[in-house]
Amino acid sequence: MTNDKKDGNCSIASESRRKIIKAGATVAGALALGFPAIVRSQSDKIKIGHLTPLTGFLGALGAYAQLGIKMAEEEINRAGGVMGRQLDVMSEDSVNPATASTKAQRMLERDGATVLMGEINSASALTIMQVADRNKRLFMQIGARSDALRGKNCNRYTFHVDIPVTVMVNAAGQALLRDGLVKGKRIYSLTADYLFGHDLSKAAKNFFAANGGTHIGDELIPTDVTDFSPYLLKIRQAKPDLVATNLAGNQVTNFVKQYAEFGLPYAIAGFNLNTADAWAAGEGNLAGIWPTVWHHELDTPGSKAFAAEFRKKHNQPPENHAWIEYVSLKMMAQAMNETKSTDTEKLIAYFEKQTQFDILKARKGYFRSWDHQLIQEAYPFTVKPKGQAKDKWDFLQFGAAVPAANQPLEIINPSKDQNTCVF
Amino acid sequence: MQLLFLLEQVVNGLVLGGYYLLIALGLSLIFSVGGVVNLAHGAFYALGAYASLEIAKYLGFGPALVLSPLAVSLLGILFERYLLRRFYTADPILSLLVTFGLAMVAEQVIRMIWGASPLAAAMPAGFKGQLMLGDFMFSRYRLFLLAVVAVVLTGLWLLLNKTSFGRVVRAGIQRPDMVAALGIRLQPYMTAVVMLGVGMAALAGALFAPIAVVHPAMGAEIIIVAFVVVVIGGLGSFWGVVLAALLVGVVRGITIHFVPAAGEASMYVLMFLVLLFRPRGLLGERIEKFE
Repeated sequence: MTNDKKDGNCSIASESRRKIIKAGATVAGALALGFPAIVRSQSDKIKIGHLTPLTGFLGALGAYAQLGIKMAEEEINRAGGVMGRQLDVMSEDSVNPATASTKAQRMLERDGATVLMGEINSASALTIMQVADRNKRLFMQIGARSDALRGKNCNRYTFHVDIPVTVMVNAAGQALLRDGLVKGKRIYSLTADYLFGHDLSKAAKNFFAANGGTHIGDELIPTDVTDFSPYLLKIRQAKPDLVATNLAGNQVTNFVKQYAEFGLPYAIAGFNLNTADAWAAGEGNLAGIWPTVWHHELDTPGSKAFAAEFRKKHNQPPENHAWIEYVSLKMMAQAMNETKSTDTEKLIAYFEKQTQFDILKARKGYFRSWDHQLIQEAYPFTVKPKGQAKDKWDFLQFGAAVPAANQPLEIINPSKDQNTCVF
Repeated sequence: MQLLFLLEQVVNGLVLGGYYLLIALGLSLIFSVGGVVNLAHGAFYALGAYASLEIAKYLGFGPALVLSPLAVSLLGILFERYLLRRFYTADPILSLLVTFGLAMVAEQVIRMIWGASPLAAAMPAGFKGQLMLGDFMFSRYRLFLLAVVAVVLTGLWLLLNKTSFGRVVRAGIQRPDMVAALGIRLQPYMTAVVMLGVGMAALAGALFAPIAVVHPAMGAEIIIVAFVVVVIGGLGSFWGVVLAALLVGVVRGITIHFVPAAGEASMYVLMFLVLLFRPRGLLGERIEKFE
C-alpha cells in the first residue's frame, strides 16, 4: 500500500506529465499542419455580404438578383479573382427590414464580410444603410429606388446603383408628355403604402404639377392586397384620363391583370415596373407606358453578351435585377483591384472621384460625389402591337435611352435643390 | 350617386365573398369531420393554380379547370392517408404543426419545380371585359366564377343533405361515437371529405389563376383569409361559413369605399368583434367554456 502510494504519487505525476506532453505535441503537430491552412483561408477569400428579398412581394426579383450576382462571381473567380483571391458572395434572404438589419450586422461582425451589397426593398435598404453607417463599412445598395435613401437619409458609406424614383418618373414621364397624356389631363393614382410607394407618389405628383396635369385621386394600397376590384370600381366611378400607378413588385402585375380583366378604357401608366413583373402579367394584359433601368434587348455588345450568356445558363432572358447585380459586383471588383485593397475608406474615395464604369450600356456610368448615386441612362417601354411577340418574354417594346445622347446624363437626376443629401 | 357607388362595392364584395367561400368551406369541412385544423389548405390552393397552368398548356382552360381539382384531390387522398390520419385523436397542436410544416414544404417544392418568378396565366378571350347591368359594372370572368361557386355550393349542399353519404357525414360531425356504435366506419367518409375539401381549394386556385399572380407564396396569402372566414362563421357550420364569406367580402368593399387604407384590416376587425360578442362564431355550435 505504502509502496503504492509512493509509487502512485510518482506514477500519477509522471502520468499527468506524460499526458501533458502528449497533448502538447498533438496540439503543436495539429497547428503545424493546420496553421498554413488557417492563414491561407483567412487571406484566401474576399467575403461579400449579400442580402436580397427572396420571399414576399419582391421575392421573384430577389431570385433574379441572386442569379445575376452569382454569375458575376463565377466569371470573376474563373478569371483569377480579385487581387489573386477568390470572391465568396454570401447571399441571404433579407426577408423584412428588421431581419435585414440583423443579418447585415451579423455578416459584418461574425461572418467576416468586407463589404455589404444588395437589397431591393427600400425599407430594408434603409436599415442596412444604418448598419453600414454604425460600423463604418461600405454598403453598395443595388436595387432600392426610394429618393429618400439618396436624399434626406443618405450617408457616406452607401453607394446607390439603381435609378432613383425621380429618374423613373422622368423616364416614363417624357414618353407620357410626348403622347399628350399629361397636360390638362385628370390623373388617378394608386400608391403602394410603404416608403418606396410614398416616394414615388411624391415625385409623380411633382412631375404632374409641373407639367399641367391634375390629380383627382390617390389611393393608398397596402402591400398585401391581391384583389383590386374595389379600387377598380372607384377608378371607374372617378372616370380619369390617365391611371398612373405607384406600385411595386407583383402588385403591379396583379393590378394590370385585373385592369385588363375589367376592360377599363382609361389610359394606364406606371412609374415602376420590373421586367419580371411585366412578363408575369402576360401578353394581352399589359398596356401603357413604364420605365426601366435596363432591358435585355439593349443593343450594345456588352448587354447582348450578358443576355446571351444568362439565357444559355438559365433558359430565360435576364431580368433587370440580374443585370444590375452583375454589373455591381463587377464594379466592386474593379474598385478593389484598382485600389489594391478592401479597405472601406480607399473604396469610398475611388467611387467618389467619379470613376467611369462600363455598365454594358451605350454610355458609361459614374457615382456622383455628393449623393453617391450612379448616374446612368434609363429607358421607357410599352407593349408591342398584338401578335408580334415571338415568345412569352418578347411582347415588350423598349424605347430609346433617356436622356438623349447629346444631353448630359445628370439632367434626369434630382438636382442639388431637389435632393437634400448632406454627408 | 354616392349610394350607387356604395352599392356597387357591396355587390362586388358579394362576388368576392363567393370566391372566399370555396376555400373556407373546404377548411371548415375538414375541421368539422376530422377535428383537424388544416393549415396546409393554402398549399392545395396553390397546387390547384399551378396544375391548371400546366394542364392548360396542353388542353386549354376548360379541361384544366375540371382536371386540376381532380388531380389535386388525388393528392389529398395521400395527404389524408399518410399524414392527417395519425392526428385525428391527438393533441390539436400536433395537427397544426404538421400541416403548417407541410405548407412550408409545399411552397418550397413549388419554388423548386416552377421557379420563384410569378407565372402568367392566360384568361380565355371570351371572358375578358366588363358587363354592365344597369349602372353596375361586373367583370365577366367574375360572374362566371360566381356561377361556378353557386353550382359547387348547391352540389355540396345536396350532397350533405339529400344523400345517404351526406347523412353519415353529418352524423359523424355531431355524434361520431354513435355512428361507430351503429357499425358504420367513418374512415372512408373522412377520406372523401378531405378529397372534397382539398379539391374545392384547388378549384379556387384554378379559378383565380387568370386574374391574380401565380407565385409560390400564394397559398400562404389565402390561408389567412380562409381562417378568418371560418372563425367568423363558426367552426362546424355550413351556412355560417357561407354567411361569413359574403360578410367579409362586403365589409372589405365598404371599408375601401370610405377608408381605403383600412381595407385589408377590416376583416380582422370584424373577426375581433364577432369573437368578442359571439365567441362561437355567427352560426357555430355553442362552446361551453366561453358562453
